[in-house]
Amino acid sequence: MRLNFIIAASLLALAACSGENKQKLPILGQREPVEKTVNGETVVDTIYQTVPAFSFINQDSAVVSDKDFNGKIYVTDFFFTSCPSICPVMHRNMLKVYEKFKGNDEVKLLSHTIDFKYDTPAKLKEYATKLGVSGNQWEFVRGTKDSVYTLAEKSYMVAVNEDKQAPGGFVHQGWFILVDKDKRLRGAYDGTNAEQVEQLMKDMEVLLEEYR
Amino acid sequence: MRNKVVCLFFLAIALLVTVQACQTEEQLKYAQYYTNGKALYDQHCQNCHNSDGKGLANLVPPLTDTTYLKNHKNELACIIKHGLKDTIMVDGRQFSGEMPANHQMPDIDIAAIVTYITNSFGNKQGLYDVSNAGSDLKGCEH
Repeated sequence: MRLNFIIAASLLALAACSGENKQKLPILGQREPVEKTVNGETVVDTIYQTVPAFSFINQDSAVVSDKDFNGKIYVTDFFFTSCPSICPVMHRNMLKVYEKFKGNDEVKLLSHTIDFKYDTPAKLKEYATKLGVSGNQWEFVRGTKDSVYTLAEKSYMVAVNEDKQAPGGFVHQGWFILVDKDKRLRGAYDGTNAEQVEQLMKDMEVLLEEYR
Repeated sequence: MRNKVVCLFFLAIALLVTVQACQTEEQLKYAQYYTNGKALYDQHCQNCHNSDGKGLANLVPPLTDTTYLKNHKNELACIIKHGLKDTIMVDGRQFSGEMPANHQMPDIDIAAIVTYITNSFGNKQGLYDVSNAGSDLKGCEH
């Protein structure tokens, strides 16, 4: 009897605790501690990996840069329009994310083509239109090989490469990377897996809640 | 007289059993093609055409247009083997993306995929076997 009471009480206490703490997503990537002097005292601060400045051309031939993502959380991926392997699955899943957050001006989607030769803005526009995407909440962008490939590997930790042997001529991973308003990486999800994309959509709600 | 009746009776049963055996053999063959076809579909086709055959928006045509699949039944094997670059009208919509070829795929696998897609997603066309595939593939325009 007494034991039951103790168990019940501790369960209640636990429930109360988790109720007070807001759920938070982890911060991914490199980090380094730095010592700063605040009011004459030395404190240790952590600098997290962030996405550096970038500038690309989108499906409307307009310049899209990191500044267009200020004050927004965004999901990013790497694809190409003639991709016969994982891209159709990825964008079938990304379309769910697009539909769910359509019109939410705190959310953007950013798809980079890795086929810098073939995927001109006109090709990207045609692709977006056929996918049923309009406006610029979901940006389809093209940059130089160097800028896109470096950003993919160094900043978003997604492997991409040209490979004549691979279907379509490129190899790449199907990650959806979630980036917060401070340009830090907050999640990586397999874009070909419907369950992980469900999780991504839940995590996006959690992330938006952090800024409330 | 009585012997004759008994004899006829057994003959009738024998006939019935044979007919039924034939049917089950045909059904078995269909089931084999369909099952193999599903596995091959999941591996080679599902990425673009989706597990429910609905394709992807206006990028990838659906396989749910039963009229299209019926009218082009003899071309399906060729399309799977050699891919498709032409613009086609499916489900009242225009599709112009390129479908990749599967040059190494054996006739029997192609037949299995055709059996699967022409009997799924609302289609009901029955068995399409390796000899159907063999003769259709001779007529490919590639």
